[in-house]
Amino acid sequence: MSAHPKDTAPAALDRREFLKASALAGGGLVIGISLAGCGKPADLAKAAGGQPVAWLKIGGDNSITILVDKSEMGQGVYTALPMLIAEELDVPLAAVKVVAAPAGAAYANIFLGTQITGGSTSVREGWQKLRAAGAQARAMLLGAAADEWKVDVGSLKTDAGVVTGPNGQKRTFGELAEAAAKRPLPKDAKPKDASAYKLVGKATPRVDTPSKLDGSAEFGIDVKLPGMKYAALAQSPVLGGKLKSVDSAAAEKLPGVVKVVTTSTGVAVVADHYWQAHVARDALKLSWDEGPNAKLDSAAIRAGLKAAKGTAQSARKDGDAAKALKAAKKKVEASYELPLLAHATMEPMNCTAVVTADRCELYVPTQIQQIAQATAAAAAGLKPEQVSVTTTLLGGGFGRRLEVDFIPAAVEAAKAVGAPVKLIWTREDDMTHDAYRPPAHDSGSAGFDASGALQAVHIQLTSPSVTARMFPPVVEKAVDPFAVEAAANFLYDVPNVSVDYLRHEIGINVGYWRSVSHSLNCFVVESFMDECAHAAGKDPFEFRRALLGKQPRAKRVLEEAAARAGWGKAPAGHHQGIAVMEGYGTYLAQVAEISVEQGKLKVHRIFCAVDCGQRVNPLIVDQQLTGGMVFGLSAALWGEITLAGGKVQQKNFDEYRVVRMNQMPELGVHVLDSSEAPGGIGEPAVALVAPAIANAWFAATGKRVRALPFSASGIA
Amino acid sequence: MITLKVNGKTLETDAAPDTPLLWVLRDHLGLTGTKFGCGKSLCGACTVHVDGSATRSCVTEVSNVVGKDIRTIEGLSSDRSHPVQKAWLELDVPQCGYCQSGQIMAASALLAQNPSPSDADIDSAMAGNICRCGTYPRIRAAIHRAAELMKTGGAS
Ligand code: FES
Ligand code: FES
Repeated sequence: MSAHPKDTAPAALDRREFLKASALAGGGLVIGISLAGCGKPADLAKAAGGQPVAWLKIGGDNSITILVDKSEMGQGVYTALPMLIAEELDVPLAAVKVVAAPAGAAYANIFLGTQITGGSTSVREGWQKLRAAGAQARAMLLGAAADEWKVDVGSLKTDAGVVTGPNGQKRTFGELAEAAAKRPLPKDAKPKDASAYKLVGKATPRVDTPSKLDGSAEFGIDVKLPGMKYAALAQSPVLGGKLKSVDSAAAEKLPGVVKVVTTSTGVAVVADHYWQAHVARDALKLSWDEGPNAKLDSAAIRAGLKAAKGTAQSARKDGDAAKALKAAKKKVEASYELPLLAHATMEPMNCTAVVTADRCELYVPTQIQQIAQATAAAAAGLKPEQVSVTTTLLGGGFGRRLEVDFIPAAVEAAKAVGAPVKLIWTREDDMTHDAYRPPAHDSGSAGFDASGALQAVHIQLTSPSVTARMFPPVVEKAVDPFAVEAAANFLYDVPNVSVDYLRHEIGINVGYWRSVSHSLNCFVVESFMDECAHAAGKDPFEFRRALLGKQPRAKRVLEEAAARAGWGKAPAGHHQGIAVMEGYGTYLAQVAEISVEQGKLKVHRIFCAVDCGQRVNPLIVDQQLTGGMVFGLSAALWGEITLAGGKVQQKNFDEYRVVRMNQMPELGVHVLDSSEAPGGIGEPAVALVAPAIANAWFAATGKRVRALPFSASGIA
Repeated sequence: MITLKVNGKTLETDAAPDTPLLWVLRDHLGLTGTKFGCGKSLCGACTVHVDGSATRSCVTEVSNVVGKDIRTIEGLSSDRSHPVQKAWLELDVPQCGYCQSGQIMAASALLAQNPSPSDADIDSAMAGNICRCGTYPRIRAAIHRAAELMKTGGAS
């Protein structure tokens, strides 16, 4: 999701109300949150289980703990977020212990309104609240020392968790924590100036790396509880189908089977060990009511999107594009098609639950804790506050774990057997029961005047809306902001621009997929602008550059990418394509270099230039950029989920191909130094890969690829 | 009861003989470092060493590895001192980390057989290990680095 602070930060966010401090039971300082209109002061002292609701705890024992309210799914939040606190407190990163925050309104994402790891918001949000929390804590600790020594705060120094006074007096943070907690919350504690950064901006090794080298990192699928049973789930093969009947007699006789439980989302076989549950699942005799999707197939979905009629919503309107198009001397028109995509996280969906009469414990790799909590509560017949959510490490998220469809069956099975149950989906379950990236049928129209100047661009987008299902209030009055990214913010200086969005549902659930609608719309807009460049007889780089005069950051990354990738200087037989985008407050441009080998596409190199504002940890920024490019490349080359008779046809990595080591092009990244506020980095690089390659293919062959993936055109 | 030799220890399990080694390791023996990714020998997440060869434990029936030397990520070294682990740390290879046990086991098996792999050798040895986070460039660099460490005495 693309959440810009300006779009979605709650207006009621009041800095003075934002952070609150309280004493930690046992002596220490807790910096917590109270969001105006959201958290109540009482939340601060107590949450479920009597734990303080906090982000930052400084203990009398000198421990510094940050409760990270973002899920670690590879994007580095367990490193980058504590870095913000460590910076403000002048302590080494290793001194800050990371604990996953529980579910609770106090941990709601200030850009998105509920507890969510998504929208490339983690660092952008932490940049506001964690730096503020760190600065507050520091001011209170210094205030306590100044009072004790009766000296001016300005005469104090901090280093490595020790405050030093003007006469060499020393106190550790732990020694000061209790007195600090009694002080009023400082109103004017400002985060450090960038010139004083010791940690922020430095490539810093990830704190989670060691545990990921010896098998000790605990993902959801690794949770172990005493007496735990395992479950496999049989779900309707047709998406949206319902169970008609189940004969479990044969399955129940198999070794290890504890119980067969009919749940709200399918039939769960619970056994002593996972493989026993898996084998017994195959012995179930199931019949399904296939429901309204029994005849749904990909051709019908494509045709439906193409023929969709209705009132489109305007996402952008500058001037009068319709009128300017009528008056145009030369026109360019093109349509584009994009497929459904699976997330295919490496760790398949799973959830572990324990249910007693009045409690439910959930251990789950999730990106959306409060909704997971509410979902589990409903499944268990409890209230949300009776459900604890422990977020494990996530073996990939990519938006898949914003869904909670794998939670109810685990809870219902655990309740039915009265023991902890770990439910594990197979890869096939995962791939055939995803909430897929929306497909789209989009088009562009452009008009040039007699002098050859581009006067009008109209982009028409048609796709189903994820937000309408997940967050209906957001789309009640406004166009779905997560359907029109990379189009509504059309960067080029054209006097008449309109972007319209027509919501067209397709009968199955669609979901947020890494970079969300950027992955759709960047392909459309950047392919179309390339078509316009060609129509204008201009070099695609120069054409874009000339239209980016009012977008200095976009222009600069475009120029950097072109210069560093050697635009126009490809070796003989190689061809280049370019694309530029703004997403999540980050500006990117990519140059792809390809050749045609026996009629097929070969990608040699992709180079990405980026301005993501202030970097917190450049090492993680680079990881997210290259990782995003690989993710985008898999989708561009082969990514496509198809349906026949309402069933997803791709079941595993043989049918849903992803890039492997031997298929990797060379990747290059250059990130510009910038003092702008941090932009999001986890997602945007995904979106430029397909258009950059498609434009290179045109440069090589004179043929436009207007439908993804490239394999559908027989070239990959 | 089936008796297995895992990470140098003799362990017993009551798993059925046709149970995939993966699930015996994970559920019966508690060695959850070895991961489930596809169950069909398509992703490499479940890679372990059987008598030193990289083996997909998801498609290996436990009865077929009785008496063989099974090594999992937990037993690659006792203290992350294997050159592959050292190189992985130095280059900060993992992102989500889920595929990395399999990557490390595949890489260490490669290096045991071929101490100086070329890029093409790495391609063919590692093509079976998917990383959805896209850590491939660092995996490649880390394998070369591990090869160097092995030569300069970083051996385990
Ligand atoms: S789980 Fe064995 S290869 Fe994928
Ligand atoms: S590190 Fe996430 S799948 Fe490889």
